[in-house]
Amino acid sequence: MDKFIELTAIAAPLLRINIDTDAIIPSREMKRVSKQGLGDGLFAGWRYTTPGGREENSDFVLNQGPYRNAQILLSGMNFGCGSSREHAVWALHEWGIRCIIAPSFGAIFHGNCVLNGILPVALENQLVEDLARQVEAAPAENTITVNLEKCLVTGPDQSQHEFEIAPGDRKMLLEGLDGIAATMKRDDEILAFQARDRIKRPWIYL
Amino acid sequence: MGRTIFEKLWEEHAVSDLGDDTYLLYIDRIFIHERTGSIALKGLEAAGRKVRNPDHVFACMDHIVDTLPGRTDDTRVPGGIAFITATREAANAAGITVFDLGDERQGIVHVVAPEQGISLPGVTLVCPDSHTCTQGALGALAWGVGSTEAEHAMATKTLVVRKPKTMRIDFDGEPGFGVSAKDMILYLIGQHTAAGGVGYAIELAGAAVRSMPMEGRFTLCNMAIEFGAWTGIIAADDSTFDYVHGRPFAPKNHLWDQALAHWKTLPTDAGAIFDKEIQIDCGAITPQITWGTSPQHETGIDGVVPDPADEADANRRKSIDRALEYMDLKPGMRLEGIPIDAAFIGSCTNSRLSDLRSAAQILEGKKVADGVNAICVPGSSQVKKAAEAEGLDKIFEAAGFEWRESGCSMCFFAGGENFGLEQRVVTSTNRNFENRQGPRTRSHLASPTTVAASAIKGHLTDVRKLEH
Repeated sequence: MDKFIELTAIAAPLLRINIDTDAIIPSREMKRVSKQGLGDGLFAGWRYTTPGGREENSDFVLNQGPYRNAQILLSGMNFGCGSSREHAVWALHEWGIRCIIAPSFGAIFHGNCVLNGILPVALENQLVEDLARQVEAAPAENTITVNLEKCLVTGPDQSQHEFEIAPGDRKMLLEGLDGIAATMKRDDEILAFQARDRIKRPWIYL
Repeated sequence: MGRTIFEKLWEEHAVSDLGDDTYLLYIDRIFIHERTGSIALKGLEAAGRKVRNPDHVFACMDHIVDTLPGRTDDTRVPGGIAFITATREAANAAGITVFDLGDERQGIVHVVAPEQGISLPGVTLVCPDSHTCTQGALGALAWGVGSTEAEHAMATKTLVVRKPKTMRIDFDGEPGFGVSAKDMILYLIGQHTAAGGVGYAIELAGAAVRSMPMEGRFTLCNMAIEFGAWTGIIAADDSTFDYVHGRPFAPKNHLWDQALAHWKTLPTDAGAIFDKEIQIDCGAITPQITWGTSPQHETGIDGVVPDPADEADANRRKSIDRALEYMDLKPGMRLEGIPIDAAFIGSCTNSRLSDLRSAAQILEGKKVADGVNAICVPGSSQVKKAAEAEGLDKIFEAAGFEWRESGCSMCFFAGGENFGLEQRVVTSTNRNFENRQGPRTRSHLASPTTVAASAIKGHLTDVRKLEH
């Protein structure tokens, strides 16, 4: 998995609340049993003019000028709510997004981000809107810096905003860990748990 | 100090305390389905990892299988056949039980798992599907995960999880005629928003939950995710134990006695503290209906489409604006009477026997209005069989509903079957997101009885006013 340490990048404002994973990657864009080939379908319902088509909708932010190179997304509360489909995160990643700044996130989506090298940053809505206003003034120049070691977002005006992230999530992103491999090292603990549990709850062990 | 059911289950399943409120939790049961499970199994194979306890893992074919009679693997979803065959092959190779097409146990995962007695009070259960919270209705700790976490759970029998906060929602008072579990949960989301539960495990409690049969409890917990909650849970009681007893995978004989004694210790103790509490008076709830593109965009069927100008919060105002444009509705319009093109009864929210019975009661001796495309998809092959045994299929068909094979069907659009461009659907499902049920399809979420009543009238209808 990619490591996330620090990123300075163009940020695209998509200030809508409750953006669901169906909007991020419509189910009809999940065409193969694969984590690849999903970037093209990212936000398909909004990005293209017709359902299932590929003609760009020029009103959509990711189709506009410098935002085509955005690596940060600014959005509203409850980003990534709805379906558990990890394809939403794979699509964002393939398109080029590495960090999402929003007031809150859907829980499953948040977990999926961390496991795929995308940093979800929770900042108050007013701060997100303020960052968006600065970015919109000059999208290519007014970049945002996100530093995960310091847990700090630096806006185009050099204002600094601390954010909180669970220490385990931070470590996972900073070091680009494979969570399964890490847990497999705890095999003894799992076996010991099962031995105890089998006595306490024998009906669980089919 | 008393403990909540959530805290008891958390402690009982904690393999290791990893610090900072993060734990390695033991996972008792794992379900996968062909849409997101196929990639998880493939991921395990690619990494050369094995499923640790395949007898605790089950696969359902539900998401993109056809629901028309005579179905085969060759689903109408473009590329869908590859998801079905990949899941079957990988599951068989790993020794996982598959509830496959043609198996009389096949159905929607969140209907099948309780039906088969695989999800039980007190278990931890995950599935790469957001509606896994449905199974919290049994007093289980059940939550939706991504495909990578499903891999983690299958490979290690554990997951690394940060402990959420706790919230209790008391549903008190008595719901009136025409008000079901679906109306109660939509009302909660309407009052407290689709993000009201973010960061919380919610316990659904109160007199109206205690007196509610199991099937309604599944509906209630199903939409905990639409409230933004990490999961929903309802403490097990005699209704739960009666429901579970005798099911194929449920414990039997002395193991049943032992399990039952344990399960009775799990409900929340008197005096346990929650981080947040909400009270809902069910007497105030009318049949609910959504008008927009988020489950929080909802009101009573006797209500009107809101005016964005009345919304003080700028973000919510914009969201209402967008929703009204998408839904082609105007502020102030009465919801009752809005013409519909289609009616759908199905999904993990509302497709169980009691849902079908309640809709059939409305439909008996009546006809669906001209031009309304009406479809009923039972939640499982078992539900279908039971419904047919009591003649419900005949009532649906006589009224003009299509009667189908079980599956997720048109709860979501995967590129195959759909209601058609910009069609307006009244639906017993859980998500009214943009394009969820088809290209620019306009979905109105409601209870099965509201869907049935609306299908007959050809427009959104207050089931309480329908002559019987």
